[in-house]
Amino acid sequence: MSARTRDSLGGRAAVVGIGATEFSKDSGRSELRLAAEAVRAALDDAGLTPADVDGLVTFTMDTSPEITVAQACGMGELSFFSRVHYGGGAACATVQQAALAVATGVAEVVVCYRAFNERSGRRFGSGVRHREPSAEGAALGWTLPFGLLTPASWVAMAAQRYLYTYGLTPEEAFGPVAVTARRHAAANPAAYFHGRPITLADHAASRWIAEPLRLLDCCQETDGGQALVVTSVERARDLPRPPAVIAAAAQGAGRAQEQMTSFYRDDLTGLPEMGVVARQLWRTSGLAPADIEVGILYDHFSPFVLMQLEEFGFCAPGEAAGFVAADRLPLNTHGGQLGEAYLHGMNGVAEAVRQLRGTSVNQVPGASRVLVTAGTGVPTSGLVLTAQG
Amino acid sequence: MGDDDGLDDDLHARLKGYEGRPSTVAGAGRDPVNAPMIRHWCEVLGDTNPAYTGPGATAPPTMLQAWIMAGLSPHTGRARPYEELLALLDEAGCTSIVATDCEQEYLRPLRPGDEVTYDSVIESVSPRKTTKLGTGYFVTTRTDVRVGPDLVGTHRFRVLKYAPARRPAKPPERRPRPVVNRDNAGFWEGVRDHRLLLQRCADCAGLRFPWLPGCADCGCPDWDTVDACGEGTVFSYVVLHHPPFPAFEPPYAIGLVELAEGVRMVSNVVGVPYDKVRIGMPVRLEFRRYDDELVLPVFKGVTA
Repeated sequence: MSARTRDSLGGRAAVVGIGATEFSKDSGRSELRLAAEAVRAALDDAGLTPADVDGLVTFTMDTSPEITVAQACGMGELSFFSRVHYGGGAACATVQQAALAVATGVAEVVVCYRAFNERSGRRFGSGVRHREPSAEGAALGWTLPFGLLTPASWVAMAAQRYLYTYGLTPEEAFGPVAVTARRHAAANPAAYFHGRPITLADHAASRWIAEPLRLLDCCQETDGGQALVVTSVERARDLPRPPAVIAAAAQGAGRAQEQMTSFYRDDLTGLPEMGVVARQLWRTSGLAPADIEVGILYDHFSPFVLMQLEEFGFCAPGEAAGFVAADRLPLNTHGGQLGEAYLHGMNGVAEAVRQLRGTSVNQVPGASRVLVTAGTGVPTSGLVLTAQG
Repeated sequence: MGDDDGLDDDLHARLKGYEGRPSTVAGAGRDPVNAPMIRHWCEVLGDTNPAYTGPGATAPPTMLQAWIMAGLSPHTGRARPYEELLALLDEAGCTSIVATDCEQEYLRPLRPGDEVTYDSVIESVSPRKTTKLGTGYFVTTRTDVRVGPDLVGTHRFRVLKYAPARRPAKPPERRPRPVVNRDNAGFWEGVRDHRLLLQRCADCAGLRFPWLPGCADCGCPDWDTVDACGEGTVFSYVVLHHPPFPAFEPPYAIGLVELAEGVRMVSNVVGVPYDKVRIGMPVRLEFRRYDDELVLPVFKGVTA
């Protein structure tokens, strides 16, 4: 069982290309076109062509099928195509899938992508009022008649318990996460909040959305696309960009796991599924929290950034707010989903690659080991990416 | 808009009798055509046409009605026939009025300093019509606008004078339905009978919620049910502010209630203001009916 023993995937594959559309509130074009644009941009960045691609991976939530993206980009035959479920929890897992395919020779060049009009089209933040009576629908159905209908409110339920357990206020706990993201976004021309940093007072003054979450604890809603190109470390040596080696990749689901509504287990102050990811990443990479130079932690809502830091062992339970406030680890240097864009975590993987290339707008000098995580509150995934050698 | 059968419409026949009769006699513009009003008009509409500024400026033709409007004071200049026409309609129940459209013809430009005078006539009254707003009559007046003896423009103005339609009562907004399937139908049947049923594993006797066709602890597929005693405490809660949803009035509190039996469920905390809900607050089960098909188990805050 991979959660208990070191796996053999580490060091076999690398991210060699990243590409994105602009991040906007209204793209003015189809989700398929955004996907195709991002995929082409990533291939250009990698020094590869659509003809080189034999594998595609995306999210089950994506509306652009692998076969259609392949057609729209002028790709030929595909020998590998796969999708990962559980919303943003899929982000790093798409790279894991690609690495698995590359490491086993099932495919040679795999592109991972995610594209949506999440602001101008179907907005996740507008909530859920109806679900089909599938097992998945029934699981969410326990909350709907009572008016617990939005992602913010599902996260808020755990956030409230976290504050209570550790005797924290929402301002002191969540404010530093939001301020850090917006400080980094302010320096990032690709970020929606470029040039618009906030203070702790701004955070504290922002209106309640789902108490204890305020507006500035909630990520953006974004139109856009992001793609990542994965190939073997051997082939990566012949490509123009420095590779971001996939030192470890992992998925995780906890006991009694639900999608966003894991209310019925444990103490509600952590993210056990991210603990599953953390144990695998540390074991396979041979690294420890102190070795990580940049953390790109999924931030659709600020409270779960704190719980992730604790699950990964960067600090003890209940101490993450102080850890963030003290800037002990460069965090979400692109501005995160709070500040740059909500691309379901895929823009975070791209930022990790930029840090390893030395091209981030908030570059950590000499960064060579980066942790990236995917969606929180859902079955999730993570990566440790390292510079070559 | 429906064209009602007007053949036996006596009222229409009486209203038609007013066609051709005056609605305003010897009206005079309250202000001469002037540059400040022209400037305000152009600023509001974003009209930057240079013809409307500077020496030799003309007024935008579409301002025609602006020069003859009566202002906010009660209508004092209406001629008796028009007052009678409106009174007839009021008596017939057509007590509401809405302006629908106007048509204008421009014969020559107006310039600052021009002093306009005008006369209006009831030009036509339509047969009875039914619109979404209600049933009534379109009344068209035509105003001839003059400067001195010269006709400079005409302004046709149409109103619908109508009896407001009775709006069908809006069906009350309903809460989202529970998602019921073969695995959890027994729970919702229990709720209908005002019972809160928990599953109990046939093997390890563990109680569980939500309902699933197998035990998360030991994997045993067999189970029976037990009735929850109805006592619990608030384990966590959320106060929902935004976005608003039909059938809910933000802010409202949603609790994660830990039952005395040790399982948790999401529900509403009732009988306590939303801002008084706290973790650890004792709560007690009750059943509330929300509409003809929805009964929910909710929890009433037990305040000391």
